[in-house]
Amino acid sequence: MKTKIINGNIIDVESNSVYKGTVFLKDGIIEKVEKENNTQKDDYEILDAQGGYVAPGIFDMHVHFRDPGFEYKEDIKTGLRAAVAGGVTRTACMPNTKPVNDDPAITSYMVEKAKNLKLSELYPIASITMGQKGETLTEMGLLKEAGAVAFSDDGLPVKNSDVMKRALEYVSRFNAPIISHSEEKSVSGNGVINEGKVSTLMGLLGIPAAAEEIMIARDLLLAGYTGSHMHIAHISTKGSVELVRWAKQRGFNVTAEVAIHHLTLTEEDLYKAGYDTDYKMNPPLRTSEDVEALYQGLKDGTIDTIVTDHAPHARVDKDIEFDKAPFGIIGLQTLLPLSLTLFRKGILTLPEIFVKLSLNPSKILSLKGGVIKAGEPAYLTVFSLEKYLFTKEMIESKSKNSPFIGREMEGKKLYTIVKDRIL
Amino acid sequence: MVSFHGKDLVSLAPLKRDDIEGFFLLVDEMKNIILRPVKKVPTLRGKLVANLFFEPSTRTRSSFELAGKYLGADVINFSSSGSSVTKGETLLDTVYNIGAMKPDLLVIRHSSSGAAKYVSLRTDIPVVNAGDGINEHPSQGLLNAYTIREFKKQLDGLKITIMGDVAHSRVARSDILALSNFNTEITLYGPKTVMFYDHSPYNVKIAQSLEEAIKDADVLMMLRIQRERQSALLIPSIREYAKFYGLSETKLKMTKPDVIIMHPGPVNHGVELSTNVVYGDRSVIYNQVTNGVATRMAILYTLLGGNANEN
Repeated sequence: MKTKIINGNIIDVESNSVYKGTVFLKDGIIEKVEKENNTQKDDYEILDAQGGYVAPGIFDMHVHFRDPGFEYKEDIKTGLRAAVAGGVTRTACMPNTKPVNDDPAITSYMVEKAKNLKLSELYPIASITMGQKGETLTEMGLLKEAGAVAFSDDGLPVKNSDVMKRALEYVSRFNAPIISHSEEKSVSGNGVINEGKVSTLMGLLGIPAAAEEIMIARDLLLAGYTGSHMHIAHISTKGSVELVRWAKQRGFNVTAEVAIHHLTLTEEDLYKAGYDTDYKMNPPLRTSEDVEALYQGLKDGTIDTIVTDHAPHARVDKDIEFDKAPFGIIGLQTLLPLSLTLFRKGILTLPEIFVKLSLNPSKILSLKGGVIKAGEPAYLTVFSLEKYLFTKEMIESKSKNSPFIGREMEGKKLYTIVKDRIL
Repeated sequence: MVSFHGKDLVSLAPLKRDDIEGFFLLVDEMKNIILRPVKKVPTLRGKLVANLFFEPSTRTRSSFELAGKYLGADVINFSSSGSSVTKGETLLDTVYNIGAMKPDLLVIRHSSSGAAKYVSLRTDIPVVNAGDGINEHPSQGLLNAYTIREFKKQLDGLKITIMGDVAHSRVARSDILALSNFNTEITLYGPKTVMFYDHSPYNVKIAQSLEEAIKDADVLMMLRIQRERQSALLIPSIREYAKFYGLSETKLKMTKPDVIIMHPGPVNHGVELSTNVVYGDRSVIYNQVTNGVATRMAILYTLLGGNANEN
């Protein structure tokens, strides 16, 4: 199968430039890239980018697909459909399923199911410890063979520091990062939103920034001590950015991600929305000062990647009292337009955005892709700058828990190209 | 015409000085009614007030119940302390069920902050917040302000100290919201573990010692220590709390002679207040209870009265 993408502005992450050109695809590989718009008749099928952009395929390395176990919230099929709709070519899913993804058979189930669907790609993240209990290590070698690309206990952070240290040591033979949802649960306690002005005003129990920063500090020190690769999930505070920056300056093998909603919303938005549980997530929405620090972290390379932390919850879970509702929002279909606001705000260039959305997650997980050049696998996100209202009806996920419903978006997926699939 | 800026009273935040002063005049009228030998008036006859209490409460519920009955309304009580949730029924489902019985007003007490607001957005029936988690208790905030006005003639120029577990007190938050509309100086005091982490949204100051907290105060508003809810990490022991943060006759010697002492009840005798202080001549605690009924009558009248007159 041969395809060429014409009438597109190609986003080149290596030269930090955007140029008019043509991308030629053959059998799921980028065959060649020409620096002119090639509309000549030949044996390539034509894909028209309509004057939009051709970018390295978005890779969201932090999603929850709830499959197996909580299929009423989401399953691999609906999750990947949402990915396709959002221009996300690859996803990595967290292991907090039921049963927990701590066994190669579960990893294989996910990989096989995703493969058969022929939608976007799915890379499972297996748990660090059996049952996410924080006690005994999973069979990281076998899990890696079955298709796991990283290890994380996600929402149940490894409490015992020795377990975390051993996990970092053990995983180093298998070339996969440990991903830490860094949270000191004894400090976050029963908190439901950021501790600060808004928790005072709303009478809700707060989650101190220190709950995140204490655990990040520990995890960074363990990464430094072991020399292993530690990836810090969804950092959300100014202090966290400073800690990760410090660790990188020391040469620790550390990478970090930020969730798109932490770049887009603050606790003030939560306050304005009242007790709307679609603004409840963990880490919680922080202050505008934190958001500024996250922008700086993106600019100076402290933060490597932008993720969704796509966390579907059904109406029955979310349409209840604020403090009783689960944390998390969906995000696969809003990642692209919301990331593009970083360009409009002058924080990142378009190629820099795709370094964060595509190249860096590929590197973090030791996978190919993330660059538009000959020989690379054809993961491409083709999009326009069309403006539109994001509505509930557009949502492909089973769950509709998004605070962005009704928001004007700029940036729409035209094609999600996953090797030989044009979706 | 008094207004709460909407069909509900879920928070005191929208109320401005004029609203509260107008409301006080209404409470004055209601108080006249309950001081009569025959208390019942027909103002809200034919109206149904539903008390939905998802948390145990005797005083507040009785106060709302009496308020409704004095105004001639029918009042029914639904109590459910979390049990409906365990049965798989959601709060909204309970509200819709009761709403289908066509009450004219819902009074809601719930352990979750924001619960009354959440319900108010989902029903056309007026909702009165009778306490939501650690967030607000608007009727208590109004009756407290009214009681201060009764004893001090006016709120402007007063120094008011709120003492105790401020951070987890719905009464404190509503007090602050009500009193901040006037030219008052509000001071908070208590163990650091139970102060707001960030008090900057409010115009309050934090006292650093008991003496500083009480010596210039015109009003001392004591909060109830929720013994059953306090974890040992907030307050090490009751005797420690009583010694350093409770009000005894000895400590009262430090205060202005005309200070008034308030408490939302029920008092833990010997903890936040000594028994002699509760029954002493500076205590206005029982006046608060009477004013509570009048205040709640005024709330029901404000939210339902317009319709009653039309009919």
